[in-house]
Amino acid sequence: MGAFSYFPQTEEDIRVMLERIGVGSLDDLYADVPADFIYKGEYDLPSAMSEQQVRDFFEGLAAKNTRLKVFVGQGAYDHYVPSVIPYITSRSEFLTAYTPYQCEISQGTLRYIFEWQSMICRLTGLDCANASMYDGPTAAAEAVRMCVASTKKRNSVIVSARLLPHVIDTVRTYAKYAGINVVVTDKVAEEVAEGVLDLAGVIVPSINRFGIIESHLGLADLVHQAGALLVEYCDPSALAVVKSPAEWGADIAVGDGQSLGIPLCFGGPYVGFMACTTALMRKLPGRIVGQTVDASGKRCYVLTLQAREQHIRREKATSNICSNESLMALWCTVYLSLMGPEGMRKLNALCYEGSHYLHDQLLATGKFEQVFDGPFLKEFCLKPLCDVEKMQQALLDAGFFAGLQTEDGYVTFCVTEKHTREELDRIVEIVKSIK
Amino acid sequence: MSKIAEGLLYSESHEWVKVDGNVAIIGVSDFAQSEMGDITYVEMPDVDDEVTAGEDFGALESVKTSSELIAPVSGKVVARNDALEDQPELINEDAYEAWIIKVEMSDPAELDALLNASAYANVAE
Amino acid sequence: MKYYDKLIFELSKPGRTGYSLPDSFDAAQQQLPFGNRASKLACSPTPCAPFQGDVSLTGGTVRGGTASEAQRWGPTKSDVSEGQAAVSSIVWREAPLELPEVSEVDVVRHYTNLSQMNFGVDTGFYPLGSCTMKYNPKINEEIANMPAFTGLHPLQPESTTQGALAIYVGMDKALAAITGMKHFTFLPCAGAHGELTGLMLMREYHMSRGDLARTKVIVPDSAHGTNPASAAVCGLEIVVVKSRENGLVDVEALKPLLGPDIAGIMMTNPNTLGLFERDIKEIAELVHACGGLLYYDGANMNPLLGMVRPGDMGFDIMHLNLHKTFSTPHGGGGPGSGPVGVSDKVVPFLHIPRVSGFHGNFGIILRAYAYILMLGREHIKMAGKLATLGANYIKESLKDCYKLPIPTVCKHEFVFDGLLEPNGVSTLDVAKRLLDYGFHAPTIYFPLLFHQAIMIEPTETESLETLDAFIAVMRQIAEEAKADPEMLHAAPHNTPIGRPDETTAARQPVLKYE
Repeated sequence: MGAFSYFPQTEEDIRVMLERIGVGSLDDLYADVPADFIYKGEYDLPSAMSEQQVRDFFEGLAAKNTRLKVFVGQGAYDHYVPSVIPYITSRSEFLTAYTPYQCEISQGTLRYIFEWQSMICRLTGLDCANASMYDGPTAAAEAVRMCVASTKKRNSVIVSARLLPHVIDTVRTYAKYAGINVVVTDKVAEEVAEGVLDLAGVIVPSINRFGIIESHLGLADLVHQAGALLVEYCDPSALAVVKSPAEWGADIAVGDGQSLGIPLCFGGPYVGFMACTTALMRKLPGRIVGQTVDASGKRCYVLTLQAREQHIRREKATSNICSNESLMALWCTVYLSLMGPEGMRKLNALCYEGSHYLHDQLLATGKFEQVFDGPFLKEFCLKPLCDVEKMQQALLDAGFFAGLQTEDGYVTFCVTEKHTREELDRIVEIVKSIK
Repeated sequence: MSKIAEGLLYSESHEWVKVDGNVAIIGVSDFAQSEMGDITYVEMPDVDDEVTAGEDFGALESVKTSSELIAPVSGKVVARNDALEDQPELINEDAYEAWIIKVEMSDPAELDALLNASAYANVAE
Repeated sequence: MKYYDKLIFELSKPGRTGYSLPDSFDAAQQQLPFGNRASKLACSPTPCAPFQGDVSLTGGTVRGGTASEAQRWGPTKSDVSEGQAAVSSIVWREAPLELPEVSEVDVVRHYTNLSQMNFGVDTGFYPLGSCTMKYNPKINEEIANMPAFTGLHPLQPESTTQGALAIYVGMDKALAAITGMKHFTFLPCAGAHGELTGLMLMREYHMSRGDLARTKVIVPDSAHGTNPASAAVCGLEIVVVKSRENGLVDVEALKPLLGPDIAGIMMTNPNTLGLFERDIKEIAELVHACGGLLYYDGANMNPLLGMVRPGDMGFDIMHLNLHKTFSTPHGGGGPGSGPVGVSDKVVPFLHIPRVSGFHGNFGIILRAYAYILMLGREHIKMAGKLATLGANYIKESLKDCYKLPIPTVCKHEFVFDGLLEPNGVSTLDVAKRLLDYGFHAPTIYFPLLFHQAIMIEPTETESLETLDAFIAVMRQIAEEAKADPEMLHAAPHNTPIGRPDETTAARQPVLKYE
């Protein structure tokens, strides 16, 4: 095949380079590879496509997807995405840049990470935060590891059964291979009080899988008396109006920044965050940006406390994490800059109003039973008294993704600021029509 | 040439020991601090922790490296130099002044395995 | 690049807004339990200032507070009153929410100015060894931003996401074809995450055979730090095998390390010196014979594209870095994607480790797929070769002024050990001086085998002119080292900032804006 736009080398260029190197052909550069390892056939891949063909191919796949009006949360929330954000994050100086190890030419990246860290601290109320993790669930798993690393010779953690299922699964996975003992329970405070001998940490949700905002009154004291650390898993968007981890006395806060204006994108890329008290600062995994000055006294930013990380500490590092979700942290930082405290509160007000309206209207149809009476914000669960599959299909046919069935046999709904009264009324109408 | 203080015992991994009755006062040599460069953090055990000869009890960190601190003797930590928490540079300034931990020895015979100043001079080239 | 010294918090002014939201939900008549100045709804009898005054909610009250600084409070006894209302009221935030109040235009200007203090692959040459900073095609971005993909919720019914699922199937097939592995999991979000997942699979394989004694994994001394770190996170002990003078794993040193406690070996091939581990066949036989598995760290996969498949070399488990070999953008440090592929015997365990929340980084996987389709079976055959060509060309062109510890033919990258005539000029000085000339520095001080290591990887997307320009500047710097070392110690001179005080940054960390 002929020239390719990603390969600038001409035949003449190749000849010049081979001559400098002193070999006759490109294959000579692989002379040290055992001959039977050189792949000789054709790769079982499609023939090279032109850009237009690539577009057609993906249009074809896109046509097999159905975009729905999303009324489900469970860890991925359909919040409004401000138009400014992709415009900033697609700037090539941000998008195609590497990790900011050469800080003199990476002040852009370093500054936005510093802003992200600052904003995460303000949302959670805690003292310091890192430059991001892969997602909420892995951040939770790393927090559990951090509890074990910070408390000497203790190896057990209590995990609330009311965290989202995929958060519990990820925590369990990391714990399994590290030999950490995980106790998953519905009765966290009782379990702590009972006295698990080598308790290192406890992780609870700020808003649980049923959408209920939990009260952790007295829990931090109980956990600290037991010599352990308290971790809170939170939705950062909700932290604008819901009690923050710091207010509950938590030592570590983790969660997923997806709710800060990141598109659903079939599950990723999202961004995990982790914040903690000053006492735990040096146990934080991942990259951290710090402020300093250069030789002429100019304020500048640099990756710091690197001696915790894998490239220096190797097997004794606080974690193995190297690449994180930097660009998504930029996404969230721009989002929070645009929204500000007023926007965040207003957004949550719209969510609250919409979700409570839908909740009440759905109950009024007689097709659901109320299960929980705790306070909720945007997400809620009801017990269905109708044929769930019929209801889901009818909603689907009308273009709604709503009423997802949970492990416990409930159905879950989520209303955000993107949704209108008309849409909610339509959902209720459809539900009413189920026989 | 790094400084080597007389009257101290040394390990091959560049820790020094000053014996005070049954207590071993432990720090790192001038060679160690100059190899590290600017020390940014000292990871130390807590009082009442146990340390074991030959195993690491903490670490020195600089901007770009970290170096394990290996215990020259076994025993219980009875004191820890808290000043190093906020001023790790004290070790750079005077490695023999800036002790790190004091250990009540469980087996003083372990001292016999350590080097005297002239033997250490061969190690710290 | 111009020095721009602002943080978004410094542009804040009370009353400014950058958000755009519809007005109140409309006639819901819900009473909000938290203050919202912006809402048209009557949320309380008195105008709501944030966190001030009382809001009535089914008989309970929210305690207003006027804390002007963020404090860490715990709930107090006075919060506890009877009934549901009490619980309802204490779960709301009382601490102030101090986010910047900035207008849209100022947000745009701020981040645009920040971007102008940055350097991307689109800006210039980025010869970072082991990072494969190849060109990030823009068709990838276009595809990844299609609403039919970005609008999908990960838990939507499968009948509505057949297109997205087809992408996973297509990528599984394509990566299997390229690597010789059988199937892949796409859950890992980065290379190190892939390594961890791969080691979990290694342990699952052994546990399924009831073989619980295999607690150690062998890693060459030239390995990237993520290898031993991932092993530690996975509960495995590291055993280091030494390299010979020629930079390759010492097979004789490997033999005595093998035994019934070895879960496997982690290798990258070519290794971190850019050298092909030609004893790989024997290494594979030895490790398999002792009952262990072979793990391939795919960070250095680029020169093998179109030439060699890790599966054919005997590897049982491997990860790929889509953000290296498969052209997805680095994003300033992420997001990436680290799919893990396995051979037949490990396939039964592939679904076990749940290492991330949903389906991995779908947006990144999509980009990589577009790249593979553009490359096709024809162009992939040239990708590895051209990457190797460029690396050897630079090596040969500079070996008379930089120390080349291993003079053999390399693959996609190679290592210099500092200047031939250093005159007190370190690798760090050389790297910082390169910034003045508009190049990103190569990887420095890695691998640890050479104290002044400079690891250079040009990739196949760089032209001869770019390589020649880089070579000319490197020669220039070698001259400067002889004539004016002081100038190099103080480099860079032409960047927005000079060398930072990293010692103070680590001794007295300032990690957020106050």
